[in-house]
Amino acid sequence: MAKDNGQKPYLSIHGVTKMFGDFTALKDIALQVYESEFVCFLGPSGCGKTTLLRAIAGLDIQTKGHIEQAGQDISALPPSERDFGIVFQSYALFPNLTVSKNVGYGLENKKMNKADVKARVSELLDLVSLGDQGDKYPAQLSGGQQQRVALARALATSPGLLLLDEPLSALDAKVRVYLRHEVKQLQHKLGVTTIMVTHDQEEALTMADRIVVMNEGIIEQVGSPLEIYRHPASPFVAEFVGTMNFLPGIAGNDGTVHMGKVELHAREGVNGLGEGDEVTICVRPEDVIARDITSDTPNTFDAMVDELEFLGSFYRASLSTQSDDDTNFRADFSVNLVRDLGVKEGQPLIVAFPESRIRVFAGR
Amino acid sequence: MANGPQALTATTVKAKVSRDDWVMRGGMVVIGIYLLVAVIFPLYSLLSKSFQDEFGKFVGLANYAEYFATPALFFSINNSLTISFTSMVITVSLAFGYAYGLTRSCMPGKNIFKAIALIPILAPSLLPAISLRYLFGAQGMIKELLMGESIYGPIGIVMGEVFWTFPHALIIILTALSTADARLYEAAESMGTSKLRTFFTVTLPGAKYGVISACFVVFTLVITDFGVPKVIGGNYNVLAVDVYKQVVGQQNFQMGAVVGMVLLAPALLAFTADRIVQGKQVALLSARAVPYQPRPNKRFDLIMLTVCGIVALTIVGLLGVAQYASLVKLWPYNMSLTLHHYDFDLRDGGSWGAMFNSLEMAGWTAVIGTTVVFTGAYLVEKSKGFTHGRGLIQLMCMIPLAVPGIVLGLAYIFFFNHPGNPLGFMYATMGILVMCTITHFYTVSHLTAVTALKQMDPEFEAVSSSLKIPFYRTFIRVTVPVCMPAILDISVYLFVNAMTTVSAVIFIYSADTQLASVAVINMDDAGEIASAAAMAMMIVYTSAGMRLLHFLLTRGIARQSQAWRKR
Repeated sequence: MAKDNGQKPYLSIHGVTKMFGDFTALKDIALQVYESEFVCFLGPSGCGKTTLLRAIAGLDIQTKGHIEQAGQDISALPPSERDFGIVFQSYALFPNLTVSKNVGYGLENKKMNKADVKARVSELLDLVSLGDQGDKYPAQLSGGQQQRVALARALATSPGLLLLDEPLSALDAKVRVYLRHEVKQLQHKLGVTTIMVTHDQEEALTMADRIVVMNEGIIEQVGSPLEIYRHPASPFVAEFVGTMNFLPGIAGNDGTVHMGKVELHAREGVNGLGEGDEVTICVRPEDVIARDITSDTPNTFDAMVDELEFLGSFYRASLSTQSDDDTNFRADFSVNLVRDLGVKEGQPLIVAFPESRIRVFAGR
Repeated sequence: MANGPQALTATTVKAKVSRDDWVMRGGMVVIGIYLLVAVIFPLYSLLSKSFQDEFGKFVGLANYAEYFATPALFFSINNSLTISFTSMVITVSLAFGYAYGLTRSCMPGKNIFKAIALIPILAPSLLPAISLRYLFGAQGMIKELLMGESIYGPIGIVMGEVFWTFPHALIIILTALSTADARLYEAAESMGTSKLRTFFTVTLPGAKYGVISACFVVFTLVITDFGVPKVIGGNYNVLAVDVYKQVVGQQNFQMGAVVGMVLLAPALLAFTADRIVQGKQVALLSARAVPYQPRPNKRFDLIMLTVCGIVALTIVGLLGVAQYASLVKLWPYNMSLTLHHYDFDLRDGGSWGAMFNSLEMAGWTAVIGTTVVFTGAYLVEKSKGFTHGRGLIQLMCMIPLAVPGIVLGLAYIFFFNHPGNPLGFMYATMGILVMCTITHFYTVSHLTAVTALKQMDPEFEAVSSSLKIPFYRTFIRVTVPVCMPAILDISVYLFVNAMTTVSAVIFIYSADTQLASVAVINMDDAGEIASAAAMAMMIVYTSAGMRLLHFLLTRGIARQSQAWRKR
């Protein structure tokens, strides 16, 4: 879902601020979410992502600012007058009601006859592959199954917006990976606009159409998973998503930066920096190359392999530049590469930081 | 979206109040008004009465001055403190030993011992006092054991109070002792620590707060108890009986109010101190703790069995004496058995009608009380906004625990009997007895409900509102069924206490609404002691029956809901 294809936003958030006493949980948040989009709010605990979700749901209404959903101003409306389904981390399934009764709970209030409710419930249970579990109680299901019941219940009334508050965090790793895929597919199939809160970057990267990275009550960056990963807008995003080397440098002239004696060219340039300014050079361990380096390869320099750690599918190497002010950085090398080039601890190695993979931020 | 948003962002969002919110707030206002009428207004009437003369004129501290100038009155303070402190030390020590045997030894019959120890809760405090008369009175079976001392006075009061408060202390200490972490004991043992040192460095610190809490509870129960000193106190005056004597004996309402206020002070003090101590208590048992399992040790187990056996026999013995005495024709001259004394309608001060009144009162108290308490606790716990109102209601829910029953009863006379009170029609009805009893036992019930509600997923209400289901529907369909065990606990607690209480209702019963526990006092006053014992035993049997019913119901529900209840 591209954000500038002329689509009208389904949900727009303007200047939303949330105060808890003197503490500012959200600072002047602005965001647009488009129809059928899957958006993830990603950030560390306490960054305000859940607060923003609860503001959208009307569970904790924002102190200032306004929210529009499907063209309607919902800023001050209570949850019961908004149009959304929600899945909590705890699932909040009603323990004394069967799976079918849980899923059909929201349908009882609509003027549907019993047969229609039953049909809708079984349709939803099939959708989450729990067709034969309707008569069980939540406590008799596994965590993953409970999560799917919660999802079916949230979708029962066909809401325009699906809100997921850390829906996968309570599950063990394997189930989590499987459900990521399931939830994403389901969302795609139904086309329901979805916002998910998570602190798990991998979850956000695999599931979201767009990621909203949040920190200390503000939005650090909004973008597709690839944008966020490749072009982090701030050191915070660079550190929070993926692994990153943060290396001290000095800005040179004409867009170069110096890391000790090594001169580097960064394709994205170093805007607004004067010669001699302190900078932080960012490069991901997996972007460091060592193979097929020729004299034409830019950003090439000699390094020393200090440590080589075997991590199963790859090696993580700790390297240092061979200059007076030793700069240490990490690089991920494939098992093949290590074998082919004969990389060993205590041996020198020629490496390069590809121009297109370097990010430079002002300051250190 | 041109200029609108900017203009809107500047101002604070005023959340629209939903229909659910209105209903909840309405409910809270109703509960708040109820608590004002049931707790605050009566206490205020009492307070203001203590500053008035007999014509209702404000006289400042004159009544208090008179009180402290009358040795016969203020000596009671010393007496009350003495028996409360003595009873506290004895009861808590015994309860600790008993609980230690139940949790830390491998003695046989633990379940029976536990059951026996809880029996006194089912009895009015008058019962041990009556039994003590039969044992140590002028014609007592074993009065020689007192070596010439009279049972009518501090000795009798303390003995009766220890019997009656024992289970209260035991429950608290038992909880404290059973939450021990075996790893601490293993660590102590592996370091070669002696048993005695382990006791003082591991066991006692772990149970410290439980013991302190038990001390406060027993002290408060004794200083506010009316039944035991009324029956066996003789000329030894204590505050709770003074209130009664001033009001009922001398019709001196102002002085009654003053004594009530004096009695309120230590109770309030103990209550506040207990709250502070409990606030300091942190969970000692982490989720990863390993529960302590006692290992057999012949000598130690035998000692504990002896200690527990003596205490249990005493409890059963006191109960047995009351039962036996109620069946004996004319103690000690004609020891043949008869049911004659159960013919309450022939006795001065008693009737079977009183028993039925008690049943009716206890039934209403259980039904109405549980409904009010649980709904109130739900609204306070789950509603949004309305912060000040909620805090105020929470405070009002806690006050009754600090108010002695006799003070509450007196406060109810002043408030409901006031000529200007539009609620005056309630005076001398069943309604006022029910209201007063619910109030008297409100706090413990409220706390039970709050504990159960806190275990519910906090998002149930959020899910319901997202599904557009009104909260009261989820309350009925989910909250109430899930909390059913706690709801039953509350109702049986209210029922049993309504059956056994004397202090709060002694002032506000009328000829038509005499209660069984009051009949015990009146028959005792009239010299119909065997019938008083008989009526007291009837109360025990009724309470025990209700407990049994509660047990069966709880078990039935547990079976029925085992499919969805975890564990």
